[in-house]
Amino acid sequence: MTYATLVAVALVASLVIYALGGGADFGGGVWDLLAAGPRAGRQRETIAHAIGPIWEANHVWLILAIVLLFTCFPAAFAAIGTALHIPITVLLVGIVLRGSAFTFRSYGLEPGHVQERWGRVFAWASLVSPIMLGVTLGAISSGTLGMDPASGQVRTDFISSWCASFPFAVGFLALALFAYLAAVYLTLETEDDDLRDDFRKRALIAWEISAVLAIVALALARHGAPLIFDGLMRRPALLVCTGLIGLAALSALARRRYAAARWLAAAQVALTVSGWALAQYPAIVPPDLTITTASAPEPVVRAVLEVLVVGALLLFPALFYLFRIFKSGGRREEGSPGYPTE
Amino acid sequence: MSDLLAARSQMAVSLAFHIVFAVAGIAMPVLMAIAEGLWLRRHHPVDLELARRWSRGVAILFAVGAVSGTVLSFELGLLWPRFMAFAGPIIGMPFSLEGFAFFLEAIFLGIYLYGWERVPRVVHWLCGIGVAVTGAASGLFVLTANSWMNHPAGFRLVEGRVVDVNPWAAMFHGGWSVECVHMLLAAYLCVGFAVAAIHARELLRDGTNLFHRRALTIALLVGGIAAALQPVSGDASAKLAARTQPAKLAAMEGQFESEPAAPLRIGGIPDERAERTRGAIEIPGALSWLAYGDPRATIRGLKAWPREDRPPTAVVHVAFQIMVGSGVLLLALSILALVRRRTLFESRRLLTAIALGGWLGFVALEAGWTVTEVGRQPWIVYGILRTADSVTPMPGLMAPFLLFTFLYLFLAGIVGALLRRHVFASPRLPAS
Repeated sequence: MTYATLVAVALVASLVIYALGGGADFGGGVWDLLAAGPRAGRQRETIAHAIGPIWEANHVWLILAIVLLFTCFPAAFAAIGTALHIPITVLLVGIVLRGSAFTFRSYGLEPGHVQERWGRVFAWASLVSPIMLGVTLGAISSGTLGMDPASGQVRTDFISSWCASFPFAVGFLALALFAYLAAVYLTLETEDDDLRDDFRKRALIAWEISAVLAIVALALARHGAPLIFDGLMRRPALLVCTGLIGLAALSALARRRYAAARWLAAAQVALTVSGWALAQYPAIVPPDLTITTASAPEPVVRAVLEVLVVGALLLFPALFYLFRIFKSGGRREEGSPGYPTE
Repeated sequence: MSDLLAARSQMAVSLAFHIVFAVAGIAMPVLMAIAEGLWLRRHHPVDLELARRWSRGVAILFAVGAVSGTVLSFELGLLWPRFMAFAGPIIGMPFSLEGFAFFLEAIFLGIYLYGWERVPRVVHWLCGIGVAVTGAASGLFVLTANSWMNHPAGFRLVEGRVVDVNPWAAMFHGGWSVECVHMLLAAYLCVGFAVAAIHARELLRDGTNLFHRRALTIALLVGGIAAALQPVSGDASAKLAARTQPAKLAAMEGQFESEPAAPLRIGGIPDERAERTRGAIEIPGALSWLAYGDPRATIRGLKAWPREDRPPTAVVHVAFQIMVGSGVLLLALSILALVRRRTLFESRRLLTAIALGGWLGFVALEAGWTVTEVGRQPWIVYGILRTADSVTPMPGLMAPFLLFTFLYLFLAGIVGALLRRHVFASPRLPAS
């Protein structure tokens, strides 16, 4: 395995973790938008409480993926930035509005209706951003971003490669999967049985919608992203495995085994994202840019890998500590030596 | 407006917006950690209230800084794909390091903001210090990348192709530390003074309020120390520019002629067509002395470069005057506050001066970035790659420029209102 391949693996890994963490934070926003019934207010509170301490750390995985892309595969970054300018711009506006609106709402703008308006902005931005992220990834996979050998630049009209059915199918699939993940995680964020049931119901619906959209995307891939389609068809074990784990997650949800459902749902989404990456391997921006042709000079790639290893040694203990504090049952420890509640 | 100008304007707006939040993310945690440290020592409720209030400010500013920083990392590719295809491998290293520093900062901040009741107090305080340290580190890493654009190093160009890339040499070339120190000090300076300005304004209304008195003292201390050190760092920056970017130095000074014993110009407007600077106070030989330590040294004037290789001189010169002028005024303000420290809270005149003048730090910050970025033009990588050659072929760049401009103006307004209400308003404290 070359150094460039290892960096590509790290890049996909950070996208997977971003989907599992940051994706679920977006999904939380979707459920904020769709909060309904007698417990709508408490649903929103639970969501805000769940993503508050961690969304910024989760968000950094996307930045890490971008940095790895432009450092180690600069030609791919340039091609993507040029041809997919429009969906990425919309994605960025969504990211900006989601993060700031969430913070503005948490720090309570008075009067109440202003705060509520920011809640709407947070929720709508959480809906748009995953779609645009999916559209961008779908457009990359569609194999339409060819390089002009004379100029070394991407050949593009800036629109047709993303404004097509396959990228949008991937966009809606991303949205559904993120919403599904969020609903599954949220079942573990409350002690209240009714509230937990609300989230369980939402998780089951989102599972079904994701399954339908996954099949639609696969069907559209046949013509919309033939490379991906062939790649997946060559790896039937991958498809079967993802499907089985999905079914296991569904069954765990149905039987109210929430802790198991969380891990299974995460595995299901992780397999979906890595399956996509595997299907287009070794292409980064098909058809022309592969891990080899788009790679930065080897000393750079090697140095980045070294930094990744050292960085991970610092990062993972800190992340572990963060999640242990906020995601281990949500209860304050007995005799905790912290500050008194304000 | 041409697409190139629209792209440059969008980048300028994005940087000008982000830098405010970036420096707040670097320097506010220092204030917050000082306040909490004081509380751990003396258990005076006002210190804890300050730490909590300032931490809310950090939360709001950090969130907006994080998302606007994300926009910038994408914009490098959206607006300047050819620059990134060329420079990505060379300057990717500091961005990778910045990724990790920023990661740790987000984790420490998450624990700090949401962990008041969940972690031991000393651990909580250490997390606050962690935010300050990692914030400074991520700032430093990004600055080394910017500094590389001014002093490209760590690679060779052979027939237009980049070879022999050494990412560490690209990062730690001759000039990195000078720019980094200058900018870090600027962060502490402008945040310290802006916070001081806000609390001084509150003290004008509510003069005996202990909360604002303590806040003003801490903020002035941080801002004042930075203001005292900044001239030394500024001098080093000018000397570096003289050595490595003589055209930028000439533009900063409005120096068109190459001459020995060049004068230092205070004020004045450079006329680029007539190639002379009008209306400046000139101190003979002072520029030569400042740049090279020798009052008779020769300074290369802008006429030594063809017109298409000169930076927009009037913008750079005026921005430089604004930066230095603001810095000098803030230094004077610091000295005044130090001398009058016993009667500071009673002196309405001094409080008014701080309340108005404290904002000059941000003026200096934006002006300073204008000097370094516009002063590097027409190059995106000094002497190697022109800005015009690196812009995206995407048409209609006016649209995203306007979109982000309005978005950022709107957000700036909201952030201002939020900070005013939830961070700086007088709290109700138990009498003590």
